Order: sequence, then structure tokens, then C-alpha cells
Amino acid sequence: MSPLTPAMPSVDYAALAPVLIVLGGACLSVLLEALLPLRVRGRVQLGVTLTVVVVGLVAVIVRATSGAAPVTTLAGALAVDGPALFLWGTLLALAVPSVLLLADRSVEPGGAFVADPVALGEAEERERVAVGARSGGATARARTGGGGGRDGARGRGTRARDVVEGQTEIFPLVLFALGGMLVFCAADDLLTMFIALEVLSLPLYLLCGLARRKRLMSQESAVKYFLLGAFSSAFFLYGLALLYGYADSVKLADISQAAAGSLRPDSLLFGGLALLVVGLMFKASVGPFHTWTPDVYQGAPTSVTAFMAACTKVAAFGAILRVFTVAFGSTVWEWRGVLWAVAIVSMVIGAVLGLTQTDVKRMIAYSSVAHAGFLLLGAMAITPAGLSATLFYLLAYGFTTVALFGLVSLVRGPDGEATHLSAWAGLGKRSPVVAAAVTFLMLALAGIPLTSGFTAKFAVFSAALADGMTPLVIVALVVSAVAAFFYLRLIVLMYFSEPAADGPTVSVPGPFTTVAITLGVVVTLLLGVVPTAVLGWADGLSFLG
Amino acid sequence: MSPTIYLLLSALLFAIGAVGVLVRRNAIVVFMCIELMLNAVNLTLVTFSRINGSLGGQIMAFFVMVVAAAEVVVGLSIIMAIFRTRRTTSVDDANLLKY
Repeated sequence: MSPLTPAMPSVDYAALAPVLIVLGGACLSVLLEALLPLRVRGRVQLGVTLTVVVVGLVAVIVRATSGAAPVTTLAGALAVDGPALFLWGTLLALAVPSVLLLADRSVEPGGAFVADPVALGEAEERERVAVGARSGGATARARTGGGGGRDGARGRGTRARDVVEGQTEIFPLVLFALGGMLVFCAADDLLTMFIALEVLSLPLYLLCGLARRKRLMSQESAVKYFLLGAFSSAFFLYGLALLYGYADSVKLADISQAAAGSLRPDSLLFGGLALLVVGLMFKASVGPFHTWTPDVYQGAPTSVTAFMAACTKVAAFGAILRVFTVAFGSTVWEWRGVLWAVAIVSMVIGAVLGLTQTDVKRMIAYSSVAHAGFLLLGAMAITPAGLSATLFYLLAYGFTTVALFGLVSLVRGPDGEATHLSAWAGLGKRSPVVAAAVTFLMLALAGIPLTSGFTAKFAVFSAALADGMTPLVIVALVVSAVAAFFYLRLIVLMYFSEPAADGPTVSVPGPFTTVAITLGVVVTLLLGVVPTAVLGWADGLSFLG
Repeated sequence: MSPTIYLLLSALLFAIGAVGVLVRRNAIVVFMCIELMLNAVNLTLVTFSRINGSLGGQIMAFFVMVVAAAEVVVGLSIIMAIFRTRRTTSVDDANLLKY
């Protein structure tokens, strides 16, 4: 072998199977997008996406139950260990209801997505014309301007039909985002983590801007998310560069080793850590780095918000846990004080600003900021109990959020979703089932017993307490009580006020949305009543390295 | 010349980029400032690569460039989309979502 031949890193295909399945499925999906005729594209894409997610989930479960030893593979770029498998399972399990919500056509005819507003206008015009023609009107002929106009319209027919059929690009985008998330929470070096961060973010930026209704808000949310997201990933990257300067490596284990005895100035280490944490906290929408969250949650199509709220949080906290534990576990006493402040700020901002919101989606966004603070409590406790509690919390919170956004998409006014709180008044009288489901999920977010929220909070708080964070736990309990007020306010609004005469209607969900919501509600209930099965799995997991 | 000076230069460039993101109004210019930040990081990486005497930093700079290029594609398409509906790229005008 000549000295220039690089040593090929070994690739453990069995361990990587879930990632390979999802990213391979994403590439296949792009190919199908180009080759399939329009009529069948939507159905095939949905079938492929769901199959990929489910097969990936099965691969994770097979790997987790086979008792295979944790490995790092691809020259130490990815660590497939217990927490990684748990997070992969969580992400793929959450992806199933998210994809179902994204694919739903029953609530919004033609789906909630459209790429081109011009095409949308044309399509709606054509639909109107077609309806006019059917009702046998001269209006139709007048609108199309006779035969010539009709020929011209035929040329744009494909594009217009595309709009009526709905966008199918969302499926490969979701799969790429999901693949990025899987890599993000298993990345064992910072460079891989950065690439995964971008792979998961870029499709999400696009997805945010594709709403069929309220396009200006949707595009605005995409621009805000993109600019702030790129800004924060630049911080992440500068942190990476400083840590590379400190440790001469970006592998998490090497950074930990260097922190134990490097001759370089510590300012590089802690400067790098601070910048890195800014980038990670942004993605997890923690504390003072949350400013994008309410805007994007409100502006993005609700099904995208569901996917983003649940899965991005899981992936980001997965990465935070790994970075804290593997790379900075040895210096925990030096930096934890700062994160105390971040956690308190996050919880207080989430709860206090949540009180003042008048929009359901924004309210859930602030609630997610508060929850990010709670999650940070568990992530800061670098103990096995903290790890398992945080993992459980992510799973529980994810399913609750997906189901909740599914329900939000059902309450509709004349111009799309009615998310203003006043529109929800008296919902309990008009649609008892939806109101009951929302009530249950709100109680889960508030952390009432017999829901997954209670178990998750209990686990996180007791782990934090055991690790000497008593003042933080007290703050967290107070904040939980404050946050419970705005969850309960919505419940009171639904049951104890009269519905407005011209209030919104509650759509009857199609099978996809029904399945997604039911799944979320059932998991929330099961994790609250019999949490031991999942807690037992989460217990005793540990990071490699 | 000591390579440390390049670290200072890159820190300065990064800071200029960050300040630019915060004060400029045009979405395209904001985006250019972000690109400046990414390239400041590249300079840091290459300098550390030189100081440490390892190639890793230079390889990473290539990764950053590729990611930056991908980001340009997505970013400009989003900015184009909002420009076509609003006829402006000022980030001050994007104010439907607030509080």
C-alpha cells in the first residue's frame, strides 16, 4: 500500500441502518418526485415516506433489543449507543404522526401546502371557471375570454393541477430533515453535528414557507427562521473552531481529554463552549435564544409546526445531552452556574409571556420555551437519572405536542385555521370530543397526574434535586404553577363560555389526522399510567466515550 | 509573522458580521453578513490548523464552504419568495408576527 492511500474507515452498516434507510428513502423520494406522473405522485410519496419511517423504526427496535454492543463508526463520526438508539426511536415514532398530519387532505382540500402563490391564484380561478361552466353560465365564457383564453390556460394546466393536487415536495424535505435529526443526536464529533444541524434545518426553513393559507405570515416565518437559524449556526461554528484550537480535534471525547490537561488557555475552551451552546440552545428554543419560536410556530403550516416542535426539540436536546456529558462532563462545575441562569430565564420567559398570548399556536410556543427550561434541568444533571429523565420527557412531550397541533388544525374559520383564543370559546359545547382531547393534552402539558407530563416532570425534577439543584427545582415548580394558569384558561374558555354565533367550525378529521391525534393522546395517557416500561428502557442507558 | 494575528482578524470579521446582522435592514445584506461570519470561522479554522500543525482545520473549512453554498441556495429562494409577494426585502416590513 502506498503511503498516500488513505485508510478507509470501517462502516458498521448494521448500526447505521436506520440513518441509511431514512436518507436513502429521502433520495428515492426525490427521484420519484421527478419521475412519477402527477396523478399518483401524492399517494406513492406518502406510501414511501411512511414505509421508510416505519422500517427505520423497526430497524431501531431490532438493534436496541438485539443487545448489540454500543459502537462508534465512520471513523468515530457517529456513536450508536443506548441514548442514540432511544432518541432515534423517539424521532421515528414521532415522525409517524407528523407525516400523517402533513399528508392530510381532508381538513384543507388539496393539502395545506403550495409552492407558488401565482399558480395558486390561477388554479383557484380555473376551479371557479369550471364551477361556472358546470352551472351552465355565460360567466364562464366571459372569464376565460372564449376559446383563445382556454387554450392559453391549457398551457399552464400542469402547474395549476399541481396546485390542486397539492405539493408532494414536502415528503422528501421531511425525510431529509428527519435524517439530519437522526445524525444530529448521534454525532460524536462537532463537525458531523454541524453538518447534521444544517441538513435538518434547511428543509425546515423551506417547509415553513409553504402554507396555502396566510401566505404572508408563512413566508415571514420562513425568512425569520432562516436568518436567525443561519445566524445561530454561525455561532455554533465559531464555537467549533475555538474548540478545535483548544483540543486540536473536534471529537467530543478528545475535547474532554484535552480539558483534563491541555496547555492552551482555558478561555478557548469556555469561549468555544459558550458559542457552541448558543447554537444548540437556539435549535432547542431555550431561554433567551427563543425569539424565533413563537413567530415560526404561528406562521408555519400547523402540521409543519407539529413536526418541528416535536422532532427538532428531541434532536436538539439529544445533541445537548451528548455534548454536555461526553465533551464537557469533566468540567461541569465550571459552566453549570451559567446554565442555571439560562434555565431560569427560559422557564420564566415561557411562563410569563405565555400568559399574555391571545393565539393558541403562540401560546403553545411559549409553553415549549418553558418546557425547554425544564428539559435543561434534566440535561444539566450529568447523572444517569438526569439522562433517563430527559429522554423520557422528550418522548412524552413530543407526542403531546404533535397531537395538540393536530387538534389546532381542526378548528377552522372562513380563512383557514382559527387560532385566536376567542375563536375557541365554547368549543366544549360545539365539539365535545375535540375539546376533551385538547383538555387532556393541556393537562399533560401542565403536568397533572395520570398524564405523561406529570411522570416526565417528576422524573426530571427528582433527578435535578438529587444532583443538588434545589433552588432551580423550586423555581421550576413555581413556574409550572404559573404556566398551569394559561393551560387551564383555555380549558375554562372552551367549557364555560358561550360559543360565538359566527364562530369557527370544527372540521371532521380524515383518517390520517384522526390516527395521528389518537396516537398522540393514547401515548400521552399510557406514559402517564404505565410509564415503567419506557422508563425502564431509558434507565441504565449511557453515552459511549 | 505570528499566526495569532489572524485569529484576531477573524474574530474582528466575525464581530463585524454579527453586528451587521443586528443593524442592517435588507434581508440580502443580513444574509451577506452571515456569510461573512462563516468565512471568519474558516479563517479561524485554517489558522488553528497551522498553529496545531494538523490538517483537520483545513478539511473542515471545505465542509463549511459547502454548507454555506447550500445555505445560499435555500436562503435566496426564501428571500425571493417573500420579495415576490411583498415587493420588498426589508426585514423591518416583515412584521405580521409579533408579541
